[in-house]
Amino acid sequence: MTLPPGVEEARVTVASDTDIVTARQRGRTLAAALGFTSGDATIVATAISELARNIVLYAKRGEVVVVPVEVKDNRGLIITARDEGEGIADIRQAMQDGYSTSGRLGVGLPGVKRLMDEFEIVSEAGKGTTVIVKKWMR
Amino acid sequence: MEVPILKQGRYLIATIQSALTDADLLRLRDSLVEQVGRYRSRAVIVDVTAMDVMDSFASRTLRDIAQMIKLRGAETVIVGIDPDVAFAMVRLGLNLEGVVTTLDLEEGLALLDRHGKQGTR
Repeated sequence: MTLPPGVEEARVTVASDTDIVTARQRGRTLAAALGFTSGDATIVATAISELARNIVLYAKRGEVVVVPVEVKDNRGLIITARDEGEGIADIRQAMQDGYSTSGRLGVGLPGVKRLMDEFEIVSEAGKGTTVIVKKWMR
Repeated sequence: MEVPILKQGRYLIATIQSALTDADLLRLRDSLVEQVGRYRSRAVIVDVTAMDVMDSFASRTLRDIAQMIKLRGAETVIVGIDPDVAFAMVRLGLNLEGVVTTLDLEEGLALLDRHGKQGTR
């Protein structure tokens, strides 16, 4: 199995609410081009929207990178949301449902984890946060 | 992208026609809350059929709209949530609790007409 021609990684700088829309649309387009169902493409776009929103809300600025991959007979998307903000002091707390330091969001990271197949987060106080999520076609 | 709001009798119908930014959603909220008073509307319908993604901000803003319109003495119906969008919302843990939803615009209008006949709000 090889990636369809023209399917390349998408990289979006995220610093405003219009960037959130751009990032999720690029992700959806890529998911569709890779062969994801429209349901899974919507899942991918929704996860990107939440991750990009976290960047704007907590770090002001960062980037979202969506990379198409193929492993054996499966395809997937690896989405990396990276910022150089203050970082998350207590990741375990941030992964609890309903937890939010901004007081503005209620679903945040646990919701994104439920949308995706794999979820990984690295955060260091003062250095920023990187969230890597993966969605497989099957 | 501005969301067109159509005045039809005593209803306001806002039809979302493309992906909306957070700022667009807040503008929609403020316009509806203002126009429901200006036109003395009995109800607001927000048609979200064309919405690509309903994330936490969008669903919270729709809940806010419904609650603010209620405080203004009118009712709100959200119509046309796409099946893929509904699935993603449930997985994400979002709900529109307390907000009236119908399958599409036709059902939304039928529901409001029934409420009008019963004299309920």
